[in-house]
Amino acid sequence: MARRPEVIAVLGRAVRTPRGTAGLVIAGLVVLVAVIGPAVAPYSATEFVTAPFARASSVAWLGGDVLGRDVLSRTLDGGWQLLAMAAVATALGVVVGAVLGVMAAYYGGLWDSLIMRAVDVILAFPQLVFALLLVSILGPKIWLIVLAVAISHAPQVARVTRSAALDISERDFVKAMQILGIPGRRIIRRDVLPNLTSVLMVEIGLRLTYSMLVIAGLSFLGFGLQPPAASWGLMINENRVGLIANPWGVLMPAILIALFTIGVNTFTDAVARASLGVGGRATEPEPIALVAREVTG
Amino acid sequence: MTAPSEDIPMTATVEDIPPSTRETGPGTPRLAVEDLRIVMPATRRRPEADVVDEVSFTVQPGRVLGLVGESGSGKTTVALALLGLVKRGLAIGGGKVLIDGRDILALSEHDLQKVRGRSVAYVPQDPGSALNPVLKVGTQLREVFAVHGGDADRLTQVMAEAGLEDPAPILASYPHQLSGGQQQRVALAMAFACRPQLIVLDEPTTGLDVTTQRRVLDTVRGLCHTYQVAAVYISHDLSVVAEIADHVAVMYAGRLIEIGAASELFATPAHPYTRGLMRAIPLMATSHELHGMAGAPPRPGNRPAGCSFRPRCEFAIAECESGEPQPVVVSDTGHAARCVRATEITALSGTALLARDRTVPAAAEPVLTISRVSVSYTNKPVLRDVNLDVGARKSVAIVGTSGSGKTTLARCVVGLHKDWTGTITFAGSQLPPGVRGRTPDQLRKIQFVAQNPYASLNPRQTIGQIIGNPLTHFTKLPARERDKRIGDVLTSVALRESFAARYPDELSGGERQRVALARALVVDPELLVCDEITSALDVSVQAAIVELLLRLQAERGLALLFITHNLPLVRSIADDVTVISAGQICEHGPVTQVLTAPKEAYTRQLIADVPSFEQTG
Amino acid sequence: MTTATEATERVGPTSKAARPHPIRDLVIKRSLIGILTLVLVSILIFAATQTLPGNAASAVLLNTATPQRLHALEVQLGLTRPAVEQYWTWLTGVLHGNFGKSLANGQPVSTLIGGRILNSLVLVVLAGAIGTLIGVGLGVLAAARRDSVFDHVLSVTSLGVTALPEFVVAVVLVIFFAAVVIHWFPAVSVFAPGTPPWSNPRELVLPVATLVIVVVPYVFRMMRASMIDALESDYVQMAQLKGVPKWRVLLFHALPNAIAPTIQVIGLTFLYLAGGVVVVEYLFNYPGLGQALVGAVSDRDIPQIQAIVLVLAAFYIAVNILTDVIALAVSPRRRLPRS
Repeated sequence: MARRPEVIAVLGRAVRTPRGTAGLVIAGLVVLVAVIGPAVAPYSATEFVTAPFARASSVAWLGGDVLGRDVLSRTLDGGWQLLAMAAVATALGVVVGAVLGVMAAYYGGLWDSLIMRAVDVILAFPQLVFALLLVSILGPKIWLIVLAVAISHAPQVARVTRSAALDISERDFVKAMQILGIPGRRIIRRDVLPNLTSVLMVEIGLRLTYSMLVIAGLSFLGFGLQPPAASWGLMINENRVGLIANPWGVLMPAILIALFTIGVNTFTDAVARASLGVGGRATEPEPIALVAREVTG
Repeated sequence: MTAPSEDIPMTATVEDIPPSTRETGPGTPRLAVEDLRIVMPATRRRPEADVVDEVSFTVQPGRVLGLVGESGSGKTTVALALLGLVKRGLAIGGGKVLIDGRDILALSEHDLQKVRGRSVAYVPQDPGSALNPVLKVGTQLREVFAVHGGDADRLTQVMAEAGLEDPAPILASYPHQLSGGQQQRVALAMAFACRPQLIVLDEPTTGLDVTTQRRVLDTVRGLCHTYQVAAVYISHDLSVVAEIADHVAVMYAGRLIEIGAASELFATPAHPYTRGLMRAIPLMATSHELHGMAGAPPRPGNRPAGCSFRPRCEFAIAECESGEPQPVVVSDTGHAARCVRATEITALSGTALLARDRTVPAAAEPVLTISRVSVSYTNKPVLRDVNLDVGARKSVAIVGTSGSGKTTLARCVVGLHKDWTGTITFAGSQLPPGVRGRTPDQLRKIQFVAQNPYASLNPRQTIGQIIGNPLTHFTKLPARERDKRIGDVLTSVALRESFAARYPDELSGGERQRVALARALVVDPELLVCDEITSALDVSVQAAIVELLLRLQAERGLALLFITHNLPLVRSIADDVTVISAGQICEHGPVTQVLTAPKEAYTRQLIADVPSFEQTG
Repeated sequence: MTTATEATERVGPTSKAARPHPIRDLVIKRSLIGILTLVLVSILIFAATQTLPGNAASAVLLNTATPQRLHALEVQLGLTRPAVEQYWTWLTGVLHGNFGKSLANGQPVSTLIGGRILNSLVLVVLAGAIGTLIGVGLGVLAAARRDSVFDHVLSVTSLGVTALPEFVVAVVLVIFFAAVVIHWFPAVSVFAPGTPPWSNPRELVLPVATLVIVVVPYVFRMMRASMIDALESDYVQMAQLKGVPKWRVLLFHALPNAIAPTIQVIGLTFLYLAGGVVVVEYLFNYPGLGQALVGAVSDRDIPQIQAIVLVLAAFYIAVNILTDVIALAVSPRRRLPRS
């Protein structure tokens, strides 16, 4: 008797739209490259194979980077850590933020003020600056970067889930449960949370994009994986000098980062539109009924 | 730029349209709609579907035509078409809308702009949202003159005519600073500003309390008469239409199924649907059984073969399947209906209303006693010293306008609102203010049904789960026993047991309200608090729900606390009535006494303001 | 018992004495909260930099740190005093404009960053203003021509562009306009801090353009969405039914309503820019706060880091307050309560 979980239903609908398919395919391609890359790279990321900034040749298909390493191999190697960090930071940030947001909404009062004050303080920094602050003290450690990015996501997610949860808590069907004397925790779990899924899905998509942007940005500035490791952001920075000689050292990682964020963003947009549809049906509603409901007096 | 003519009965002022396309002459109706057809254009997925079809009627200057129908009948679509507007997703499929002989639908966008607001004006249903929230009222009123030309000094005069005596503060306000009644008068002033030939009023008094509604209706009637304006008044409320309309047209599933002079149509309806409507409306004069109509109107694109009403019609015969009936004229006043048996039906004696047999239960210990209850938000008192008793097996109605505090009182009883002083006693023991302090027994025995059926059910749960929630909370029944109880209660609210597997968004408003009732009844309460449970429903659906409620009350021996603003409904279903105004009890007593011989001036005013049919039955 | 008569209902602007001042009240309230937040932020910054392992002393000494030398330096820098006392000294210093001395070169931090504040501000304000204007304009046009080719193209491109990292955009611009394709603009700035940024406009073009490109899609989408919302509202329909011409409906009915939600987004844009300048300045070698921050982080120059982050936080809070005030000002429903 249970209906397909709304998450699956909405994702399914999103994938079937042109934007959804495009987004998923593009982002998926990049993930594939990043995950499989290290296994298929022709050389290791630190091997010197050609002259610095050498043009593309049969030896090095995308030419050489600033030290003469193979741009192609470094590109194939340099993605998975970035993606992994972005994924973990997003997951952490969303979970913490959502829990805080729902608690603040449902319990209100002191809890609410406390949480929102903390949110304001962390939101007083740009994400990048916050991460830089922490990095400056403890050094560019991977776990620290992930933690810093996660902490900077949590407030925004908390804000969004709080306002969505508040909205739901005000609705009659939640009041109907309150009247019966059902304890708050159970109401949250059974009535409020399931209705938050679409909001959360969109937030996850957005946060993933931002995670990637900040972490790649940090890497670009030299505060991510340290040389001689291969990392897309770092590659863009270190190969900037030889842009005219061999643009691939900069272009390839830049294109991959861009494709990932564009893909995720586009797919998130499709999900947002799909979740606006008729509340959680597992099957497509009858088209005329849908239009008619909107349109007839 | 010609100024509109002065305050004399109007002849047509038509501007830059070539005279050859106009057909004016004596007896030309002010408005003539011919075979109007509005469709949802065909897409890849489905063929063209008509929303409105074969709609034709005329209106003479100074006359009011009432256009009635329930939700989905297409009446608002027709209303907008009279101004040449169709909503996104719809298109004009054919027909003409002739105003003084000029076809509105054939005009270019540019000419249409000139006509709207000037020759044809519109009064919206919800003036609160129809007035721009960021522009001052004065700006919006003056805009009409700015666009169509005319003397802005007439503004004060126009406002006075609409009942706004002191215009200056109103002009300087923003819409949200005005009351609902004032907003509607502003809308009226905007509409009548340029002395239009035709006014279209789209349910303008929905959402207004009965006294304000009375005033607005009087104003509209007065203005129409003075300036010989033709008016089309759209409503789902037949008693309001009875008061103001000279002629009435009834719409069902996008078609005009009956048309005729108001008094005649209401006294002797010629179409089974109209007859059904008349039998569903509660009246002030008598307490009679209300009859709903089973089923629901077909959606666009889903019309059955033959007459659209056939699936629900008690008079249906084989001939009804063979195509949409053509209008049958039943009297020489032009009363006609689309029914093959129209002449028979008109001849039936009235609408055969059965008086309700309501045995007043013996005076027993009251189940609920409200004593000196007061509530105030910051420094504004919402309820003051309210005293009320509800006897076992009795229905007590609480009547008041919006803001009177009746909903707050209900919420106090139920525990949703806990900042009140005073005592509420239930079944002998005092109730703690909020839900927290109450015993499970107290919580179980008092149940609540809310107004909005679209918000009171969790969209993520099945009907079975929704009804099962209180059951699982209050009892520890094995699964089979629980499912049986759920099935039983579904049957008792006239829903099939298979509904338990459905989701709320698959149900109509009436069905959802039944589910809400079922949820309240499944734990065998002793007191049921109903807060405006039928206000959001069509009148035929309301009738069915109300009858169901009364039957269940009798079967289960429930006490009923029924909050409403609808006085005729109170007459129909309550034993006692309490009139509440500005947080205080104004009058209280048995229904027959209070409604026929009220003691207080407020109650008298309230009763006098209720629109009614001239004759009963 | 009187009937509720509307004629006697008081309506409209009340007397001046009784009239509430929501804007003034909001400014006061938010400023106080803002100051409180700023204090909390300063504590956070201070705690992060001063009391965690790896403090200023070890940052200065790096590999040459022996326990004795470390301790000596700590005493000299005042790091052995209780944390609260250190914080208080720092805070009072800040309030007098004294941010301490840079650990990298011994100069007073305030001189180092003073000029840079202006430079970064110029970037932020220029990019913010231009981006807002373009975004709003395109948003209104797209909404007015909804579902046209123009609209579709813009919507799809904005979806893509808004996801691009700033450094990618910057690199692309450099490739096209500075280094590879054409050579109109310099790839890096060469003007010294201290000279006003507008003395060399060609150096501003690419940095500002980068930021504008990243920012426009965001404003565009919000403006388009809220315009469409306004155009589908009851009051726009009412205006149409009054016979108001289309352009008037767009400009005087829809736009004033669509602006309010967009104000929030415009505020967020400026907030974003405060962080976005970091990467852009670094990339273009532009002498602003962002570039200084990156350098300071590499050097572990704690006092400079503290100062820059504090300034950024103050900017953030100020923009937030301004956004809320403007949003209130354009929304009469919230500004003037019902009487």
